[in-house]
Amino acid sequence: MDEQELRIFIDIVSQYFENQTGRPPEIGSPYLGDHSELPIYEFTGVIGISGTRQGCVYFTAHRDLLRQLLLHVGEPDVSDKNLKDLVGEIANTISGNARRHFGPDFMISVPVVVAGNADSIQVPRNVKAYILPLRWHKMDAVLVASLQ
Amino acid sequence: MPVKLMIVDDSNIIRSKITRTLSQHEIEIVAAASDGEEAIRLFAATRPDVVTMDLTMPRMDGLECIRALRKLKSNVRILVVSALADKATAIQALKEGAQGFLCKPFTETELTDAMEELLGGA
Repeated sequence: MDEQELRIFIDIVSQYFENQTGRPPEIGSPYLGDHSELPIYEFTGVIGISGTRQGCVYFTAHRDLLRQLLLHVGEPDVSDKNLKDLVGEIANTISGNARRHFGPDFMISVPVVVAGNADSIQVPRNVKAYILPLRWHKMDAVLVASLQ
Repeated sequence: MPVKLMIVDDSNIIRSKITRTLSQHEIEIVAAASDGEEAIRLFAATRPDVVTMDLTMPRMDGLECIRALRKLKSNVRILVVSALADKATAIQALKEGAQGFLCKPFTETELTDAMEELLGGA
């Protein structure tokens, strides 16, 4: 993955929030993550990538951000079931939108959603993981892209 | 008579958003399925006029489900609603028998416009 490809994910995640809420997130400075300390918040949606590129993309956020996002899009049910659904859908949408740039052989899995347990998130250790911090309505979230 | 719609998407919040939006437009939601297999079963029971179809789903994906619906020789109109934003996927979906393609994320206005365009071409 290079800087130009990282830019693709920055644009997509910004457009996601702007399209859904009318307000883009503040994007922090991206950095290379240490595999033993990758950021994991309360809810995480993970998409496995295969085909021409291999690795994973995940979006992780705290409960408060996901609740606010659901309310912004008019969804009154902010149960944990829907928070998990939302975090998986965000990861799926960001990864699926990336095919506009990476092409149809950028194969994406259905989302795997993890609540809390960081041990079950498998990021390939031999591939660099780019961390993209973002802040929306003063609440933090992170997008991680790790692609060969 | 209202148009009968079946929603096919593995996300509960997307099914809920489509229901909220289109229920205000003379559209009756007759079924909601979370994968292609469930959609085939519900299709036979409810015979919708229109289907919104996600592509990336467990068990049976959207393209396979569109092929299966076409084998039933139905003239149902299909709007694909998917995050897969590459042109090749949209073209393939149209070749398989969909009539429209709406990319996620979408606003309520974008969904309503896409549905009106789909029904206008019926």
